[in-house]
Amino acid sequence: MNANPIVVVGASLSGLRAVEAFRRRGVDRPIVWVGAENVLPYDRPPLSKQILRGDWDAARTALKANYPMLGVEPRLGVRATALDTTSRRVTLSDGESIPYSGVVVATGASARNLRGGEHVPGVHVLRTLDDALAIRAALEKRPRVAVVGAGFIGLEVAAVARGLGLDVTLVEALETPLERSIGLTLGAAVAALHTSEGVTLRTGVGVERILGEGNVERLLLADGTHVDADLVVVGIGVEPETAWLAGSSVQLERGVLCDSRCRSTAPDVVACGDVARWLAPSGKTMHVEHWTNAVEQANAAVASLLDGDAAPEYSPVPYFWSDQYDAKLQFAGQTEPADTLRVVTGSVATRDLVATWGRDGKLTAVLTVNNPAVFIRTRRAIQQGAAFDAG
Amino acid sequence: MKIVVDFDVCQSHGLCTEAAPELFEIRDDGFLYILNETPPDAMRAKLELAIRECPTGAIKVEG
Repeated sequence: MNANPIVVVGASLSGLRAVEAFRRRGVDRPIVWVGAENVLPYDRPPLSKQILRGDWDAARTALKANYPMLGVEPRLGVRATALDTTSRRVTLSDGESIPYSGVVVATGASARNLRGGEHVPGVHVLRTLDDALAIRAALEKRPRVAVVGAGFIGLEVAAVARGLGLDVTLVEALETPLERSIGLTLGAAVAALHTSEGVTLRTGVGVERILGEGNVERLLLADGTHVDADLVVVGIGVEPETAWLAGSSVQLERGVLCDSRCRSTAPDVVACGDVARWLAPSGKTMHVEHWTNAVEQANAAVASLLDGDAAPEYSPVPYFWSDQYDAKLQFAGQTEPADTLRVVTGSVATRDLVATWGRDGKLTAVLTVNNPAVFIRTRRAIQQGAAFDAG
Repeated sequence: MKIVVDFDVCQSHGLCTEAAPELFEIRDDGFLYILNETPPDAMRAKLELAIRECPTGAIKVEG
């Protein structure tokens, strides 16, 4: 690589960890680092927990970083608007054009809304610190709450709102919460957890329309029923932030398509975090929108940019966690619908669970509730390719 | 160097026990234990990996 700057696009967790990785590797070339939001890198997991509950003020979410030692701070409120892989330049929203020796794409993703939802006051998504603070302010008015989407964000919002004593209805188009990640059996158990805490659950039905004059008043559901609400929080997934790469030689496929070393289809352009989709050893592409992946993939992408084929392939055991009421859920691995589920001990209802999945005699995934010691042992076993004990 | 863990912040994710199993352990009571509070300098890289991978930022090193 030449002496031109490295451009790191994105100033959230993955972008920060990438900048740190360059400096740790002794790269002293200039780094140009841009972030679309007007705030220094912050941590997202507390947004749907401590920030919504009002336990933390916004400043506490700032990620610890030694900017003087890194020799660079992100330019805030600046986006990359175009990538030219022929002239090897990144164009920024402030008009500057930066010649690069390498690019790290860490632009993340943005939250999907219901159709028309962005125009209706009282309908919120939860992705950024500003989103979380707006929902927090709305919760203080003690609204009737509807949560659309029973993924992790939606479940955590429902749990916080119930914790504040509010009426909460959770609407999910699939049959159970978390169906895609943990399947119907455990998904139903998570549904029961929320019902036992007083959440009204409406599963297997989508939202047809949002009604309200001035502020949201009602959600019309696809089965003709409705949910009355003054606050709607929508958690129905994200769209990778790739619009600025359209027309470049970087191939996009529900994210930046990468090889097994986080390298895009353009030379010296790598991707990490929520925006990246990479080739897994299984031959399928993978996409993980969780904290630990943002950290681990940043290191892998930087190693690939510096070392090329000598860098190790990226094959993590994905990890995510969720805090709902007094239940800490931890999940590692990857399940497929045909995997065999074994409930090893306990249940979600007692908030004390160990469950594992297996395929072809091998352990593929683990879910625990309030069992951190068993969790971490089992995650290590998955990494080591352990056999599945079907019980 | 000395390891300092903020146990009010630690949520027993356990990623530090993977990064540095010589230094950290989650026991069956669900809590994190530091196995060696003053590790030799040779452990610094592993300890720094544990610090970076901790989702709650609970680990610090002094000295």
